Amino acid sequence: MSKATSILSEFSPGESVLVDGFKDEELSLKLMEMGFVPGTVVKIDREAPFGCPVCVTIGGDYQVSLRKSEAATVLVKSIIV
Amino acid sequence: MKVALIGNPNSGKTSLFNQLTGLRQKVGNFPGVTVDKKIGIAKLNSGEKVEVIDFPGTYSIYPTSIDEQVVLDVLSNPKNLDYPDLAIVVVDASNLKRNMLLFEQVSNLGIPTVLALNMLDTALDAGTAVDTLKLEAHLKVPVVEINAREGIGVNGLKLRLEQALVERNVHENVEIEEKDAAAILAVKEAFNLDNNYLASQYLAQGDKFSFLDESEKEIIKGIAQLHGFSPSAFQAAETLGHFQDISAALKEVVHVGTVRVTTRTNKMDAILLHKVWGYVIFFGILFMVFNAVFALSEYPMDWIDGGIADLNNWLKAVLPDSKLTSLLTDGVIAGVGGVIMFIPQIALLFAGIAILEESGYMARVVVLMDKLIRRFGLSGKSVVPLMSGIGCAVPAVMSARTIGSWQERLVTIMVTPLMSCAARLPIYTILIALVVPNTSLFGVFGLQGLTLMGLYLLGFLSALMAGYVMKKIMKSEKRSFFVMELPTYKAPRWGQVFYTIYEKVKTFVFEAGKVILAISIVLWVLASYGPGDKIEQAPEIVAAANPALEGTDLENAVSSFQLENSYAGYFGKAIEPAIKPLGYDWKIGIALITSFAAREVFVGTMSTIYSIGGDSADDNTIKARLRREVNPETGEAVFNTATSFSLLIFYVFAMMCMSTIAVVYRETKGWKWPMIQLGYMSVLAYVSAFIVYQILK
Repeated sequence: MSKATSILSEFSPGESVLVDGFKDEELSLKLMEMGFVPGTVVKIDREAPFGCPVCVTIGGDYQVSLRKSEAATVLVKSIIV
Repeated sequence: MKVALIGNPNSGKTSLFNQLTGLRQKVGNFPGVTVDKKIGIAKLNSGEKVEVIDFPGTYSIYPTSIDEQVVLDVLSNPKNLDYPDLAIVVVDASNLKRNMLLFEQVSNLGIPTVLALNMLDTALDAGTAVDTLKLEAHLKVPVVEINAREGIGVNGLKLRLEQALVERNVHENVEIEEKDAAAILAVKEAFNLDNNYLASQYLAQGDKFSFLDESEKEIIKGIAQLHGFSPSAFQAAETLGHFQDISAALKEVVHVGTVRVTTRTNKMDAILLHKVWGYVIFFGILFMVFNAVFALSEYPMDWIDGGIADLNNWLKAVLPDSKLTSLLTDGVIAGVGGVIMFIPQIALLFAGIAILEESGYMARVVVLMDKLIRRFGLSGKSVVPLMSGIGCAVPAVMSARTIGSWQERLVTIMVTPLMSCAARLPIYTILIALVVPNTSLFGVFGLQGLTLMGLYLLGFLSALMAGYVMKKIMKSEKRSFFVMELPTYKAPRWGQVFYTIYEKVKTFVFEAGKVILAISIVLWVLASYGPGDKIEQAPEIVAAANPALEGTDLENAVSSFQLENSYAGYFGKAIEPAIKPLGYDWKIGIALITSFAAREVFVGTMSTIYSIGGDSADDNTIKARLRREVNPETGEAVFNTATSFSLLIFYVFAMMCMSTIAVVYRETKGWKWPMIQLGYMSVLAYVSAFIVYQILK
């Protein structure tokens, strides 16, 4: 089940979301390359000690780290388990 | 026949390259850029030999670094000498979806493609099974299962390679949107292309193609403007299109079992990225690495040093006593020996860094440090260049290429030479030994060791400060790009570790070596010749002035007199007024001038100036000589605390290294940044040394 769209940086470690789109066209290209493809499940694993960058697992396969400012450009839907 | 190996970073591309080519490989550069090009020969089952080129790892054909740029440049230019007849795209089957993007892009460019599925075992462990036959039926190009680490499936790959070189199949899936069709057609006509996708790349990123000249780029710009072609919109749409195609393909062929998380890596991250333990462990590891570097390199460095001195003495004994012999021994061998001496230290430091990178830990350090050093204009990814800078700034500046944002990369390049490199160490050691008493504080910490550590720390802190100032001045609006993969923890591949060490040491020896070779010859000329005939007549003049001198003392006095009257001596005296406020006399001035090209020359020059015959690199003799040196006007020791500390601080900050200037020029593509760097570091060095001397004197 999914609900209205929000941004990835608003979620906390432990939560999973579904990639829905991007706010920034230029950055979206690089994010998609790294696996942030619409429809993919992204789980937030942890935040670095000072809250940034964040570490996420993509599609249950591999881990990626990105800055909060970059996470703020990823539109997501939260998954209610 | 040329075969390109292409794949994401960590896809096992390099392992496959080694399996395909065995030991028949050589390393060069792609033309015009210092990006490694590994070429090897693979023998196919028919006996035919093909040339295999290992390309830099990349996630897509949209480059963010010079290394990735090479992939784009070669693959989009059929006239390029390295343009392949076929591309093997190596993909990590355990995260197939992301890896397939590059495959689709390469294949769409019209290059016959073979897909090599690697790491199927890891995928299977994770519950993912891939139906190779179905995938092949969908993609319409050969799909081969391999295990690059173990070398399994390599023969099968070679077999399919032979077939593919004949059939030349590609996987095409890009459909041109109606709004772009006119623009693409115009480019195809203007540049005589027949591949739509290639033409669309001209439009999307033609400004990055190094094989097009400015007028051609203008033509592309004109076409894009005329037809309202938006590169970023096109790229985003086409990437999405690829992923739709990939998802459709993988739906039928990939069976995902139970979804698991990489538990072990996750557990380790909980500790290694912990807000307290993470930093404790990182600084602990850092401390261990540096300790190991200094402790282990001591002996080999002594051997090399001794060996070079022996070689020089032997050459002087067997060769006729001529100017040429002197040039060879005192000039060339002494200069090049100074470079070779640093190899053990640099090799050990890069071994440490390579192990940290190979194990997957370095990526965590990047995460740990990013926010902390971002306020200084740097990125977490600057940690590797900064650490490498303690060995040698040349490979360190090059390693800044991984930093995705230009501003952060530039700041990193600009501040890395402030890290105290191996070449500063001999200067530090000799001057510290001269003025810091060999006693310990609280019976534990040696005072000399603490001073040395303080100098390294000063270098690091000034790098942060310089970064902070640059960030404030530059205020770039360009957004940063940080996103990176966090690899799972694994045991280092030792072959890869040794290869990295070899690469870095080679860069250091060749980049620094050629400059130092040239400089040492120039230096030798400047120090051996002078205006007038005072140099030739030195023995008579000195003997007449000091009739009591004889033997070694006379020889020393003569060479000292000769140096004073050489061109180098005149230069030293010319700059004396400028360096007097720092506490230096004209003799130190000579050493400053000579070490301008490479700071490691300083100690060697000092030993020449204070005319120590024979074993020229013996620290104790130099130290004793320096200690005895007295200012003729005041009668005080020249190397007192004030002058020595002033010199130490000067060398912490001064950008005295031609090789670094050259590499910064290359990496920033112009003289602007190396000149600014030289300027700010020189001012910093002069002012700090001035302050230190005025306070301490």
